[in-house]
Amino acid sequence: MNEFVETLLDLPWHEPKDSYDVVIIGGGGHGLATAYYLATRHGITDVAVVEASYIGSGNTGRNTTIIRANYGIAESVRFYQHSLELYRSLEEETGCWIMHSTKGLLWLAHTESGLRAERARSLLNQACGAETVMVTPEEAKRICPQLDLSGGGRYPVLGASYHPGAATARHDRVVWAYAQGAMRRGVDILQHTPVTGLLRDGGRVVGVQTEGGPITAGIVMSAVGGRVTTIAAMADVRLPIRTHPLQALVTNAYAQGLGPIVSDSELLCYVSQTARGQMLMGAEFDSQPSYSMASSFEFLQSVATKVTSILPFLRDLRVLRQWTGICDISPDYSPIMGATGVEGLLVTTGWGTWGFKAIPAGGEAMAELIATSQTPSLIASFGLDRFARDHAMADQGSAGTR
Amino acid sequence: MLWIICPTCGERPIPEFRFGGELPHVPDRITDDAERNLDWVWMHDNVDGVTTERWFHAAGCRRWLTLRRDTSTDRVVA
Repeated sequence: MNEFVETLLDLPWHEPKDSYDVVIIGGGGHGLATAYYLATRHGITDVAVVEASYIGSGNTGRNTTIIRANYGIAESVRFYQHSLELYRSLEEETGCWIMHSTKGLLWLAHTESGLRAERARSLLNQACGAETVMVTPEEAKRICPQLDLSGGGRYPVLGASYHPGAATARHDRVVWAYAQGAMRRGVDILQHTPVTGLLRDGGRVVGVQTEGGPITAGIVMSAVGGRVTTIAAMADVRLPIRTHPLQALVTNAYAQGLGPIVSDSELLCYVSQTARGQMLMGAEFDSQPSYSMASSFEFLQSVATKVTSILPFLRDLRVLRQWTGICDISPDYSPIMGATGVEGLLVTTGWGTWGFKAIPAGGEAMAELIATSQTPSLIASFGLDRFARDHAMADQGSAGTR
Repeated sequence: MLWIICPTCGERPIPEFRFGGELPHVPDRITDDAERNLDWVWMHDNVDGVTTERWFHAAGCRRWLTLRRDTSTDRVVA
């Protein structure tokens, strides 16, 4: 089998029922993973995933597929390391090939302060179970021979942290693997079913309103990406979320040769090579919040300038495609998972530009929370109430953005 | 590209500006003082539509301005 062989998915579609134990809004990675783990880990299959478009059509289908755990606060390192390990065994568990490929990640630093931040991150990562080591410029060049250590004469590389466990996987296949696993066990996925309101009984959320009629539920969970504020507002829940566009691009295909994922903590850009050979690159999100998915020339210009300074061979490639997703960015750049203060409504949001790598651990933890009504210790620090308790989990440096 | 009309400098491209956030708007239904403060500090309307916000003309006159922008199209409306 090679990675371009497609096999027909086994997706049993059913007519929607008018009542479920659990209704999950949003058929992206997080929503489908939660449904999958509810079915497989907890035997809860009376579940519907309600998706406004088709599954994976939102941010999951638009992201840049990087899986890593080199975060800057202990709670996040543990959470993402667990996710990285779940990804590693996901093919075996689901029987679906998600094209998982461990590549390692170089995170370049160009200043003394950048180097110091990387060193602090490596020490914390090692203490919390994620392998990250500091490497000299020469060692970085051995790991990635295409690097220009002078950074085009403008951004000399002083060192880097190397995170060997980092990987990539095919994003659509991750969606399909979870959808198939969940549907085979009886979960209903309702595509092209936008949620227009939340059913409320007193202070409690008891279901969702759709164009096809109301669906009642014991628990409603929002796994919506950029439009999460709209869903929360239907239950008068206020979220500290701003929706920013995030752009990415791919070049034409090129012989396989770029080994690791190359990321830059100070230029704020990253490059990896897809299985098809395309160079996939991204940078920071647009500074102003917006729901517009228009691509911009400024992004193209800025990301091209940055990546060609550290990887000059990219100058010879052509841009094939550029696109935009809309991200739910939290004020402390950490996710928000769990209770909303409104009974019957749970939320998993704040996934910003770092949601793909968290899909397995996020889904598993939310499934456990739904099944047991107990918040798993892995995500206890990521509740919405942390802002009221003045325990924000500030970790902007690890988001690779600003 | 998003263009912004600066009252002092005229129509200028967005890379000259720094985004300063939407104007805080605490819903009237929140009456408790502590909750109002919490909302004012952290929460956002984050509307998909017209919003009122602050921008700083960092690479121009270095003044703050208030404008209305449609976030569904990323265009300034007033």
